[in-house]
Amino acid sequence: MNVSLFITCLCDTFTPDVGKDTVQLLERCGCEVDFPAGQTCCGQPAYNSGYTTQSKQAVKQMITAFEASEYVVGPSGSCVQMVKEYPHILRDEPEWRKRAEHLAGRTYELTQFIVAVLGIDDVHSTFQGTATYHPSCHMTRLLGVKDAPRRLLENVQGLTLINLPQGEDCCGFGGTFAVKNAAISAQMVEEKSCHVTETKAEYLIGGDMGCLMNIGGRLSRNEEDVKVLHIAQVLNSQ
Amino acid sequence: MSIKIGTKTYADRIQEGIDNTFMRHAVSSAQGRFRTGRLKAAEELGDWEDWRTLGEEIRTHTMENLDYYLYQLSEQVEKRGGTVFFAETAEEANTYVQKVAEEKQARKVVKSKSMVTEEIGLNEALEKSGCEVVESDLGEWILQLDEDPPSHIVTPALHKNKSQIRETFVKKKGYTKTDDPEELAAFAREQLRQDFLEADIGVTGCNFAVAESGTVTLVTNEGNARMVSTLPDTQIAVMGMERIVPTWEELEVLVSLLTRAAVGQKLTSYITSLTGTRLENEVDGPEDFHLVIVDNGRSKILGTEFQSALHCIRCAACINVCPVYRHVGGHSYNSIYPGPIGAVLTPLLDGYEDHKELPYASSLCAACTEACPVKIPLHEHLIRHREIIVEKEQKTTKAERLAMTGFAQWASTPAAYKLSTKMAGTVLKPWTKDGSIKNGPGPMKAWTAARDFPAPAKKSFRTWFDEREKRREKDDRL
Ligand code: SF4
Repeated sequence: MNVSLFITCLCDTFTPDVGKDTVQLLERCGCEVDFPAGQTCCGQPAYNSGYTTQSKQAVKQMITAFEASEYVVGPSGSCVQMVKEYPHILRDEPEWRKRAEHLAGRTYELTQFIVAVLGIDDVHSTFQGTATYHPSCHMTRLLGVKDAPRRLLENVQGLTLINLPQGEDCCGFGGTFAVKNAAISAQMVEEKSCHVTETKAEYLIGGDMGCLMNIGGRLSRNEEDVKVLHIAQVLNSQ
Repeated sequence: MSIKIGTKTYADRIQEGIDNTFMRHAVSSAQGRFRTGRLKAAEELGDWEDWRTLGEEIRTHTMENLDYYLYQLSEQVEKRGGTVFFAETAEEANTYVQKVAEEKQARKVVKSKSMVTEEIGLNEALEKSGCEVVESDLGEWILQLDEDPPSHIVTPALHKNKSQIRETFVKKKGYTKTDDPEELAAFAREQLRQDFLEADIGVTGCNFAVAESGTVTLVTNEGNARMVSTLPDTQIAVMGMERIVPTWEELEVLVSLLTRAAVGQKLTSYITSLTGTRLENEVDGPEDFHLVIVDNGRSKILGTEFQSALHCIRCAACINVCPVYRHVGGHSYNSIYPGPIGAVLTPLLDGYEDHKELPYASSLCAACTEACPVKIPLHEHLIRHREIIVEKEQKTTKAERLAMTGFAQWASTPAAYKLSTKMAGTVLKPWTKDGSIKNGPGPMKAWTAARDFPAPAKKSFRTWFDEREKRREKDDRL
């Protein structure tokens, strides 16, 4: 199966290892992975801040970049959800809207793709340790991906999962929210970090780099030694 | 009161909220209780999602035929001896009620809980025309004594604890007992009893007006609305023009959703239905019944992309799950409608000028949208508001606009984007120590005030992928 990787700008710039693990994981699951070089950022920072006109430039760039792809898979629930918004964003431009619908229909979040499209719920990985999982908001509530990550994680050899109290609460990232409403965001991430440390888990696992950078940044500020991992890193561990 | 409750700046309000440890503790534990209750009640009902869909359908249908149902409602109320007044503005509504009070030579008015009367500032208007107004909902009564605005639409005094309440009672009413909630409530009941007996007019809100029978329905837990609506001879019910259901059948669905979503109850203690005046062959009911239907900006919302905001049944489920509300409390919104629905509704009813920050007071986590029993896409409405604030109202800063224009260029030019992934590490190097940034420049400052920022990777993913592809091609050639 041919899969185009949608890396997301955060993984591309800050955590290329997550990208590498995503590629290898997909290859291990039998996919042929390509990387359309025309891709940039999904446009969410502008769109969610009300700059719809500006976001459209990014959106069109992304649609063009992935035009030839059979499947598009990204290691982020939030960025994939943004792609799902493209037809709505371009609702007044019929030609573009059609192209947006085409892309949105073929785009999947990584764990969603592995479970729902490839039909795999055990990727035969091994990872020793205790971990808690943060189900990020856009992935669960908007994209509706709730079970796939858990199912894959439950099948990882050696991994003990500990329930995260009030896991469904937002970590306070919210893109530009973290900067525009920094004071509130700080309270939210502090609360989330406390819930993480309460579990006494060695690792925090998540499916969205934005949330992980936020919670991880707070944990490290608080000098907590919880290590933060993207789910692709755990699933590709052997 | 009116929609807006004060004059402090947004930043000050937020900081005050954050610094109010007691309030945050109270809000957080109440949210926990409400959340568990709602989830349990939804589970017990079964098919919660189907119920929500039904609720959404009922509200959509009603709003799309609002003129028809309002007409039917007013016909029915008048048929049952009531008088209906359509108020386009808050002022018109208040003037009408003042006029009724004057005609009745009323000195005392008792009220049951009603958000719309807060919205239009009815108490102040009545006081101006010489009436004493007494709130009879316990929470509202406490706030009235304390001259404090509500911080929640269902439990208005959520931000107060029992010792604060006791203090208020001592100061304002000469209370002498302890802060035991039972004793406090008993005292309030005793005090209010006299007011009920003396009142000339009873003012109620309206949870749902049933169009087919001209019935005003109130959903309460304290039973005070029954006193308000039975003792005084003159009754005035004030409702927002959207608070209507076609028939009793829809009422049942919406009440089922409301009580479960609000407090996790299958049913509240009291559901009171008021239909017109006492007719000749009847033994109870008021002599005079007035229904004041308030527009106050609502009809402007009809037919716009925000129409579904009018579907709200004021259950506060969105407020009870909101993490922003949890940390800043209701007063920070500077509106009698706080939380996610407040952030959506307030700018619609009261304009952007004073409330332009509200739509941004959300991380767009969509917990509100998920909790809403009538499926209002609250977080999407917040994005629409932001769009208007940016594009129509042009209320964002120049720096932000420039940044967003820069973003658009960057994200639509792969070469520029690629260069930035390469350069990011170098640019941020002066601030980077041990792989992270603890005190970043520019907009990063706000981020690094509370958390570390990771240093960009030495080699971006795309560079790695390029190199891998080249290596592979070379291997293939060999
Ligand atoms: S918006 Fe929905 S959840 Fe919020 S108060 Fe209204 S009905 Fe309840």
